[in-house]
Amino acid sequence: MKLKLSHQISLVLASVGLCSGICYLFESYLGYHAVALILLVLTSLIATSFDIVPVVLAATLSALTWNFFFIPPRFTFHISYSEDLLLFLLYFFIALVNGLLTVKIREAEAKARDKEEKEVTISLYNTLLNSLSHELRTPIATIIGAVDTLKDAEMSLNEDQKVSLFQGIESASLRLNQQVENLLNMSRLESGELKLSLDWVDIESWIFSVKNKFLGKCATVEIQIHLVEGLPLFQLDVGLMDQLMDNLLTNAVQYGKSHPVIRIEVGMKNEQLEILLSDNGPGFPEEHIPFVFDKFYRLPASKAGGTGLGLSIVKGFISAHQGSIELNNLPVGGCQFSVLIPAPTSYVNLLKHE
Amino acid sequence: MNKSTVLIIDDESSIQKLLQIILESHDFKVIQATSGLEGLKLAASHLPDVILLDLGLPDISGHEVLLQLKDWFSKSVIMLSVQNSENDIVQALDNGATDYLTKPFRTGELIARIRAAIRRNATDQKTAQWTFHQLRIDLVARVVWKNDQVLKLTQTEFNLLVFFAKNEGRVLTHQQLLKEIWGVGSQMETQYLRVFVGTLRKKIEDNPNQPEHLITENGVGYRFQA
Repeated sequence: MKLKLSHQISLVLASVGLCSGICYLFESYLGYHAVALILLVLTSLIATSFDIVPVVLAATLSALTWNFFFIPPRFTFHISYSEDLLLFLLYFFIALVNGLLTVKIREAEAKARDKEEKEVTISLYNTLLNSLSHELRTPIATIIGAVDTLKDAEMSLNEDQKVSLFQGIESASLRLNQQVENLLNMSRLESGELKLSLDWVDIESWIFSVKNKFLGKCATVEIQIHLVEGLPLFQLDVGLMDQLMDNLLTNAVQYGKSHPVIRIEVGMKNEQLEILLSDNGPGFPEEHIPFVFDKFYRLPASKAGGTGLGLSIVKGFISAHQGSIELNNLPVGGCQFSVLIPAPTSYVNLLKHE
Repeated sequence: MNKSTVLIIDDESSIQKLLQIILESHDFKVIQATSGLEGLKLAASHLPDVILLDLGLPDISGHEVLLQLKDWFSKSVIMLSVQNSENDIVQALDNGATDYLTKPFRTGELIARIRAAIRRNATDQKTAQWTFHQLRIDLVARVVWKNDQVLKLTQTEFNLLVFFAKNEGRVLTHQQLLKEIWGVGSQMETQYLRVFVGTLRKKIEDNPNQPEHLITENGVGYRFQA
């Protein structure tokens, strides 16, 4: 955090005054040469975090203070010995140069950091453009190609071929929609504008609605739900929770077997909502596990489509709930995502009513 | 039987064309407006059975259209909105919209909602008995049967079910439900609603985890469907 210039100047005045005052009290033990070194240290410290004007002020002020209060004859700016005069001039010179150099180095460092950050942003942006142009253009190409073929009256398509083209258009549009949804969610997270809209959630009906919705778009998957009995209501943003479960399920299907079996266990651990989602897929290569939640990260040579946004959105939405997520390979094969979310609970659902 | 009339108020011509083809192929009569004011005029002159209303219009907002319709239009208004706009949806439902669909929507869903809306127009609000498949509600005797077996419902569960039945197919917001069941100014939170919907589901649904009657609309409220 940077202080205002006026505050910096007041702090310089105060610290030089205070330091000189303390030195003044102990002058008889220290000797006036040591006081110069102490003031020099103070000026150097000031230079490590203040702007150029306060630094020059500190150098000048401390030199004059040293001269006036410590160099004999004391309480005058007059200097009797030529040796002391030399020391005084050297002090002033060293304090000034030292201070200015430190400020310059700090500025150069800040510039280098900015440049580095800019480079990282540009490279992320390029990665995004690359994966996006692929992920958006592939379904668009499918749609345009299928529509052209269907419109072309010269082509003699049989019923099966037509059905297959229509199915192609359907799944390409759904894929496009999913990608746009992910992009919008990513920008909600990036803008920092994401506000939770919290609502009491009945976990049992929620988790089954997640399952039913997902089966509605992907019927080939088997989802087993294991629910601990007697769970309270949790206060969550159910829209975000739906999205993140959908992304986890999509991920499991994308990287899983041709007949994916997904097991979802919901319970409580340390007063937090715990969701364990495991699949029967090949698992993740151990060396990639630390990176799977990074933005745009995709397994090298992965054939499955994706922008590398899905899991980073999952992580973002969980962080918005102050929760955590981990990925582990299971000894029996497949992998397991473990989600923990701290949230207010209410046990009114377990009371007897009326 | 006369064809039912649907008024579409949407400024996107591609959506207008698409909706026209879908609706006409399902035997509805279609009227189209591309602005809010034109929509209000057409609603007054044609008295459609259902209005499909887009919230983002060029002249006045969809919310404004709803407020103006509220005074004299008693039929169903289905809103078309974009995803992740629960606040907008809740506001529109509180302003008198009866249902909503988020773009992009599937055709089957659209037709089902329009049919439910037309059925709702025809239902007599003053009836004392409702039948929804295996469910039978008798308002006078205050009894509910499921497959000819009497269900043991608490007072609150019964009131809730009756309010849902009166508004079949309509999306009811949390606020509307809380106000109806616990009265104006009630400080009850949605947690109580969750509880009663949960217990009601266990009694009326064949499989409470795959509800067919009492549907949750995330972040918005509930819909009761036959």
